[in-house]
Amino acid sequence: MALDIEKIADDQMILNIGPSHPAMHGTIRIVVKLEGETVVDSDVEVGFLHRGFEKMAESFRYQQVIPLTDRLNYVSPLINNVGYVMAVEKLLGIEDLIPERTQYIRVIMSELSRITDHLTCLGAMVMELGAQTAFFYFMTAREYIYQVIEHVTGARVTTSYTRIGGLRNDLPDGFEELLEAALRKTEEVLSEIHGLFDRNRIFIDRTRGVGVISQEDAISYGFTGPLLRATGIPYDVRKAYPYLVYDRLDFEIPVGEYGDTYDRYMVRMLEMEQSIRIIRQAMKQLPEGPIYVDRRDIVLPPKEEVYNTIEGTINHFKLIFEGIKPPKGEVYVAVEGGNGELGFYIVSDGSERPYKVRVRPPSFIHMAALSDLIKGHMIADIIPIFGSINMIGGECDR
Amino acid sequence: MEGIENIYTYLKGKFGEGIGILDKESRDPWFEVKRENLREVATFLRDDPELGFTYLVAITGVDYSKFVDVDYKGKLCATYILYRLRDSHQLIFKVFVEKEDPVIPSVWDIWRAAEWHEREAFDLVGIKFEGHPDLRRILLPPEWEGHPLLKDYKEPEEYRTPDGYLVVKTHRPDPLRENNESDQK
Repeated sequence: MALDIEKIADDQMILNIGPSHPAMHGTIRIVVKLEGETVVDSDVEVGFLHRGFEKMAESFRYQQVIPLTDRLNYVSPLINNVGYVMAVEKLLGIEDLIPERTQYIRVIMSELSRITDHLTCLGAMVMELGAQTAFFYFMTAREYIYQVIEHVTGARVTTSYTRIGGLRNDLPDGFEELLEAALRKTEEVLSEIHGLFDRNRIFIDRTRGVGVISQEDAISYGFTGPLLRATGIPYDVRKAYPYLVYDRLDFEIPVGEYGDTYDRYMVRMLEMEQSIRIIRQAMKQLPEGPIYVDRRDIVLPPKEEVYNTIEGTINHFKLIFEGIKPPKGEVYVAVEGGNGELGFYIVSDGSERPYKVRVRPPSFIHMAALSDLIKGHMIADIIPIFGSINMIGGECDR
Repeated sequence: MEGIENIYTYLKGKFGEGIGILDKESRDPWFEVKRENLREVATFLRDDPELGFTYLVAITGVDYSKFVDVDYKGKLCATYILYRLRDSHQLIFKVFVEKEDPVIPSVWDIWRAAEWHEREAFDLVGIKFEGHPDLRRILLPPEWEGHPLLKDYKEPEEYRTPDGYLVVKTHRPDPLRENNESDQK
């Protein structure tokens, strides 16, 4: 709610934090009204990283939007890729035709991204609390995972790995050993981090009872992901609306108790362990087979065919120049992103360009409640509360 | 109560004319709510024990002015996506308004999540939410003119930032998209 900076009492003061402030992750401005060191009111301003994703998507063809989705949540781009193509596949009515191998690989890559997302969030959060060394522990583990992602997709951040009806490429040779080595090293780092923080007096003092939100408020504000689960509600899109092959995998939903910053830290830590468990199971169950749907009106033909046969060339030409044309209609598809429910709402008018693409970014919804979360706390508490939300500018401002 | 058709019939029996058409053809079916009844219907959807949609996922503004062959052609629309957490049920309804009179009552006190969603729909599509406590731009700068996600929006040739810098648009022809209708010139 807007803050009237003219109307302040004699013992109050207005302080502007951000957007150029190291703890605001570059893209947030918070204007706080202070009484001593206590926040009595605040105004949160977003939008400094607005690049018009939805406007751009309307003038692109369906396949061309995939690279744009990398730039939404740039610490877990693969989940965005998967979410977007799943929405288009549902629009096309081919969601049941996706080969099993593709579905398993999508699960594996999503879970790897979830780990990098949580590591980035917690690393930044503890660093802003002064634990500079621990930040490097988190980043080391993230680097192991990024190397695996780079090995598969060719890029660390701008992956653009999924395609409508499939994936860009299959898993490379030697992937399993590389993945297992990275997971083992990540587990080691995670156990070290547990040792550093779980019973750390300074960390507990800074996070226990800070930024508490009740279950009712969390639901009313539309919280999802670790923030909602920290309040004790076991809501996870992977269990509530099982997509891909999550219903065949055995995993648990960690929940918190008090809904404070410490619980959010704990939920994220335990979720990474569950993600590793999911990846190991998926690797065991990973079937052989094609990675593309067998539909020539949706999927590009293989390169050998394009260069050697006239049918292949024409097929390629038509798909690139005319694009995919889903039937008229609209879908809302949600996946469990690193921070919560990442939804894509797409309206099709039957042409090759989406009529409307709306992203439901978890960060944006959580930021709406930040003003309430920091009310009554000290100014120094803004840092862990804001850090635990894991606001990603690209996703919040689109 | 499950299934959008059952919910639609239930609401139709309760509110009669206040509930509009039902689109079953769409991949995710939806029904229409008249804006005069929006707040009653929303409260009912949240509080009725049979329904219990306590969770608002998103409000999206859509401009249907380039849609063809539909009754709601040329109108603006706010799409409300709701969840029921206890059995994972999704529900989509829409409120249509004329472009000349884009006013919809706000539901920010029914679902708190609506506050920022409505600000975004106002910012990008220009729907005015009556009763909203703080309806101002959220993603674009406050002095921006027009609502970019309207289909007839024209990109400004130049834009002056609050601190006085002039940003001028450069024109770069795109040979592939020269004759395309959906291209924004």
